[in-house]
Amino acid sequence: MFVIKCPYCGERDQTEFSCHGEAHIARPDNPAEVSDEEWGEYLFFRNNPKGIHFERWTHDHGCRRWFNVMRDTVSDKIIKTYKMGDQKPGVQDV
Amino acid sequence: MKYSFYNLVRNSFSYHENWEKAWSSPELKPEYDVIIVGGGGHGLGTAYYLAKEFGVKNIAVLEKGWIGGGNTGRNTTIIRSNYLWDESAALYNHAVNLWEGLSSELNFNVMFSQRGLFHLAHSVHDMQEITRRGYSNYLNGIDAEILNQEQVAKKIPHMNMHGRYPVLGALLQRRAGTARHDAVAWGYARAAENLGVDIIQNCEVKGIDISNGKVVGLQTTKGSVKVDKVGLVPAGHSSVLADMAGFTLPINSVPLQALVSEPIKPILDCVIMSNSVHVYVSQSDKGELVVGAGSDAYNSYSQRGSFDMIEHMMAPLVELFPIFSRLKMLRSWGGIVDITPDRSPIIGKTPVKDLFINCGWGTGGFKATPGSAHVFAETVAKGEPNDIAAPFSLDRHYSGALVDEAAAAAVAH
Amino acid sequence: MSNQNRTMFGGRIDRGQVINFVFNGKNYQGFHGDTLASALLANDVHLVGRSFKYHRARGILTAGSEEPNAIVQLGLGARTEPNMRATEIELYEGLEAASQNCWPSVNYDVGSLNNILSSIFPAGFYYKTFKWPPSLWLFYEHFIRKAAGLGYSPTAKNPDRYEQKFYYCDLTIVGGGISGLLSALAAGRSGCSVLLIDENPELGGYLLDYNFSINEKDGLKWIKNIVDELYSMDNVRILKRTTAMGYYDYNYLTALEKVTNHCDQLSKTTPRERYWRVRSKKIVLAQGAFERPLVFADNDRPGIMMASAGKKYLSRYGVLPGKSVVLFTNNDHAYQTAFEFNDKGAKISIIDTRENIDIRIQNKCEDLGIKLYSSFSIISTKGNKKVNQIEVQKVDRKQNELSGECITLDVDCILMSGGWNPAVQLFSQSRGKLKYDKVLNTFVPDELIQDQIIIGCNNGCFDLSKNLNHSYQEGLNAAKDLNYEVADNINWKGEEEISFTESSVEPYMLGKKKVTKGSKHFIDFQNDVTAADIFLAQREGYISVEHTKRYTTTGMGTDQGKTSNVNALALMSHIHEKPVDEIGHTTFRPPFSPQTFGAIAGRSVDHLFDPERRTSIHKWHEENNAVFEDVGQWKRPYYFPKKNENIHDAVKRECLAVRNSLGMLDASTLGKIDLRGPDTAKFLNMIYTNAWSKLEIGSCRYGLMCNEHGMIFDDGVTTRLGDDHYHMTTTTGGAARVMSWLEEFLQTEWLDMEVFCTSVTEQWTVLSISGPNSRKFLQELTDIDLSKENFPFMKFREGKVCGIDSRVFRISFTGELSFEVNVPSRYGRFVWEQFMHHGKKYNITPYGTETMHVLRAEKGFIIVGQDTDGSVTPMDMNMDWIVSKKKQDFLGKRSFTRSDTLRSDRKKFVGLLVNDKKTVLPEGSHIVEKALKQPPMKMLGHVTSSYFSPILGHPIALAMIKNGMNLLGEKVEIPLMNGKVIEATISDTVFYDKEGNKNNE
Repeated sequence: MFVIKCPYCGERDQTEFSCHGEAHIARPDNPAEVSDEEWGEYLFFRNNPKGIHFERWTHDHGCRRWFNVMRDTVSDKIIKTYKMGDQKPGVQDV
Repeated sequence: MKYSFYNLVRNSFSYHENWEKAWSSPELKPEYDVIIVGGGGHGLGTAYYLAKEFGVKNIAVLEKGWIGGGNTGRNTTIIRSNYLWDESAALYNHAVNLWEGLSSELNFNVMFSQRGLFHLAHSVHDMQEITRRGYSNYLNGIDAEILNQEQVAKKIPHMNMHGRYPVLGALLQRRAGTARHDAVAWGYARAAENLGVDIIQNCEVKGIDISNGKVVGLQTTKGSVKVDKVGLVPAGHSSVLADMAGFTLPINSVPLQALVSEPIKPILDCVIMSNSVHVYVSQSDKGELVVGAGSDAYNSYSQRGSFDMIEHMMAPLVELFPIFSRLKMLRSWGGIVDITPDRSPIIGKTPVKDLFINCGWGTGGFKATPGSAHVFAETVAKGEPNDIAAPFSLDRHYSGALVDEAAAAAVAH
Repeated sequence: MSNQNRTMFGGRIDRGQVINFVFNGKNYQGFHGDTLASALLANDVHLVGRSFKYHRARGILTAGSEEPNAIVQLGLGARTEPNMRATEIELYEGLEAASQNCWPSVNYDVGSLNNILSSIFPAGFYYKTFKWPPSLWLFYEHFIRKAAGLGYSPTAKNPDRYEQKFYYCDLTIVGGGISGLLSALAAGRSGCSVLLIDENPELGGYLLDYNFSINEKDGLKWIKNIVDELYSMDNVRILKRTTAMGYYDYNYLTALEKVTNHCDQLSKTTPRERYWRVRSKKIVLAQGAFERPLVFADNDRPGIMMASAGKKYLSRYGVLPGKSVVLFTNNDHAYQTAFEFNDKGAKISIIDTRENIDIRIQNKCEDLGIKLYSSFSIISTKGNKKVNQIEVQKVDRKQNELSGECITLDVDCILMSGGWNPAVQLFSQSRGKLKYDKVLNTFVPDELIQDQIIIGCNNGCFDLSKNLNHSYQEGLNAAKDLNYEVADNINWKGEEEISFTESSVEPYMLGKKKVTKGSKHFIDFQNDVTAADIFLAQREGYISVEHTKRYTTTGMGTDQGKTSNVNALALMSHIHEKPVDEIGHTTFRPPFSPQTFGAIAGRSVDHLFDPERRTSIHKWHEENNAVFEDVGQWKRPYYFPKKNENIHDAVKRECLAVRNSLGMLDASTLGKIDLRGPDTAKFLNMIYTNAWSKLEIGSCRYGLMCNEHGMIFDDGVTTRLGDDHYHMTTTTGGAARVMSWLEEFLQTEWLDMEVFCTSVTEQWTVLSISGPNSRKFLQELTDIDLSKENFPFMKFREGKVCGIDSRVFRISFTGELSFEVNVPSRYGRFVWEQFMHHGKKYNITPYGTETMHVLRAEKGFIIVGQDTDGSVTPMDMNMDWIVSKKKQDFLGKRSFTRSDTLRSDRKKFVGLLVNDKKTVLPEGSHIVEKALKQPPMKMLGHVTSSYFSPILGHPIALAMIKNGMNLLGEKVEIPLMNGKVIEATISDTVFYDKEGNKNNE
């Protein structure tokens, strides 16, 4: 049961949030131009690391904002939360 | 030594001091024809069928921890085959057919208990769903009965039929039931070893050697090993191994929890599943109620889940069975399940030649164990999937030919 | 009263308050302050239960939550509870309890036949037999199941209530023994908010039963002073009778408080139990330790108990469990118990496995005339329902053999002590790492992972003074960490009569019979796991700790191995000749103790299980006899039967009313989203498959949403209200999903788009009036000009309806002339009733969802989620017309050109007419080209919707059929489960008013 720091509201209980999978997957600018393989990768294929993972969460029962979370999938420790559009943190943030 | 009542009695005179090892712990050899990575039911079963039916001689199963320690030993042991789509029905029913003879086949009692499984319907929409699935099952040759409210009430006397979401009916599969999960791993291990398979525990794969696009060897915590073909069956760690081989999977690994009550005298003699009220429950032979529900939505390799998932199992359980309210939760645990976009598994070839994968079983892999192992053994042996396995290729994620049990039935267990 | 084992004086019970209770149908008396176990012992009842597998006679082993043997069925009827530990049940007037797992009685139990046959039932015997013939497994299993289980489940609904509480504080301290008390005191004095949890009815922990002093003051008085001070602090909350159950990530702790379990009078306002969910900045674990049993032959008989339990029964409850008592120990600490028993008049002998015993202890034994057998072991015990005789013999521990004379002693009680195991369960749950301590011979905490502190015996320290100082200091440190002004430190000095000593852990004691040759050295009492079973598991290759546990079931009873785990590991270590560290340990999982399902469910039961969503007109529907259906959380009128009508009659009447005159539907549950912002049209272009740029203000348009896989996931009508202002409707079930979908893309992909979404589902009540008379009817009640010219189909107008500012949409889901009147929800019922009143002359008929379904099916309109299922594209539904060819991009578009979505033989949406003109096909039945005698049959598709059409006078159906559009007019068959085969013909999907004139009138 995490305590998640919403970048807009501050620390709240995990039950207020939901997780939506890997972050930083941009929708192709012009989908018509990508191949079936590239489109399939965008739709379905995900990094699923044992370790640092970047993922999207929403503060459903709060501000309803989407934001990104950098989390270790082994210890389940949240390393950082940051707003959509903010730069992806690097390893130095670990 | 054959397992039988006769031998049990005979051995009691020697205080059971003469039983042989169910499986031994051999050293890793320098080279194998086929290595199966992952010593759960699916992996051990694959090795067993490779040796028994496909004439492969030199096989090893590598297990990072202890055999059966992953999802094989952490599930709620439900077995059924009443899936909607023809492709799933064929695969899971192949499994049920094998389950029915498994204790004899392995000479190990896996306690497959066909006590019947009820999918409850709580709304008009649910009734449409179970009717559709029931008819699909019926025409696929899978036993299915659609029961009305009265029939359900009669068969499950202690269930609350008139709760917040009343029970309107149910889809019953009588051939469905439960089995003893650990026994499946142990039974396959013992039978595979009898056929010469090396079962190597505490042996973690750390690297996959690829030469000219073909797998040639593995790096393990017990040294490196040469190999001609590799089958990856590492539920919970599929993406980690795929990563070693340089490709990505359409998988997220998330926590799934389950729990048992204290043992009580028989009170529930069938398996109950409710997608709308969201819980499933059965009673084990030991007397424990075995309860499960949904998985967490975040990726994790910690084999722990959130406590609110437990709360979200208890309220539905007590809603459906108010008589269980005073019973007590004895133990809860978590596993790592590999969720695919369509909730169907991935069985078949990978971008690396002679490296095959069997993964993505999500929350429902246990029931498929013998079927999965059997079709995967054929895939590994022949280099091509058979008709049952073919629809579950990795390629479907590019072509769009999903086998979308999730879309059709909301939850697939 | 009998109470023959009660001492004359002493104990912490209230001898003035006699309590009557019933055990196994017999009346007994105890005192206030007793547990069921202490009261039974006082009445000389030792045989309390039967074990799980062999049905061995079992008594009371411990005096706390770790009890594996004395578990009983408590209470009667709907309040009965199985598997309750007699050692924890506080006695109350009228308590009724009974032994479990025995028939006909605990004294004469048929199941004990298993004990005689036990030689053929070793660990895992069931894996080796009952396999043949396979068809008989269910038969065998029936008897196995009957024999298994312990107590009985209630068979009536639980009459009691459970509550939950969230709590937040600086410091939660688990355990109210001296360590916990001192930490609480230090943190409390420093100003921290403290929650102190203890599972007992009285704070003080094990020291309540022992003689000790602190700073040269009497220990018990000292405890009382501290407890009083803690209770006087506003920043300290104390929960007694509360067990910390689960320790999750981020210091999330769950605890179960027994509120009225110990009361005979049940109040209606007080819950039975309260479930605490606590989030604290720091957690202090001060749970103490459990005493370890010794593994010797037949160590399970009633009358054999832990030494600390014996001490507790004597000191706290004034019960002397035996008169001829033997202490069997491997450490000093247990001698306190022996001396106390001696003091209270028991005849005591001591069997100590050690060769070298502290000379002071030896002297004291000599002074008291206690016979001390040094370097001895109990090699056998006798006594069917209670131990009555033992044999002891000298052990050469180096040679591991017995020597010398075998001495027989008559006893009625054995107290055993094999050392202490810190209660590391919660610590381990919190991800804390354990290490094996070679001095204490047990697992102790090693690496801390969360923001936690572990103190006292729980930390593997058994020195009283050290623990006092460390605990107080840690309380101060915690306060300092949390930036409180720290109270003064104090130097504590504690003295115990006899202090703890290190103890060895013996894998097992030598017995008369060899341990593997038919002797029963119990390791796990409840599950009947013997040392021989552990040997067997190792021999058969189940050598991982998890394999041993699962194969033998050791540690899997209701005590979850609190008394058995370390002994099992020690034995495995002995067998493999490896240190215990290398054997490892199994994972501790929540909960610490079994916890009530009902308490975890809390108030989320009955009508609070899931909230009901009701429209503003709901009450009217109820008053007018509506039958409701659940659609998600919504309650929607399904149909409105008049007296004697069944569903078919009612739906027929409702359908015909709409087709012939006027009907009214409460459509308020439809999702409604208010969209504003300059980029809304651009946004809609991406969200919907059709084009939105040219939609005029005041116009409505139907739209279809696909997910990125190209599959339909919602539909609805969206209306342009103003320049940058749109009103979107969604399906009832999809409203929340669509809202999240819109927000997702606005917040994650198109951050530059300026669009604001607000759910207004509950702000507007929607009255859909439909039928040829709807214009005439509504015109009488509104100032909006409803004429065809001024208010054409698919337009929107604002104005007054029944004097209320309303939004009126001219859209139709029935194919008839229709108006959807949206009024602010507070006026919903008012307008509805006005309509009912004024519509009388048109026979206005309220209709429900079933009629809505029939009417739309007659027109071939789809219902997303019924006719579609998440695996169909707009093209599959023959809705190519709504998929823009011009738009470069919209969600889902790219997926339409994948090979599988382009496949020509995909299932298509078609109509289906049964040839017999009377059978209504089951929705969900499947279609074949030609039915075979029996399954399997190759399926073409399935029936998605099926009704009897009153206006047409025959059934209609909609279906998804492979290549269906090329099969129009073809005959197909629908094999039903009852063996009947129904013939049908494939048609198009519009059955009524094919030209579509009616809604354009």
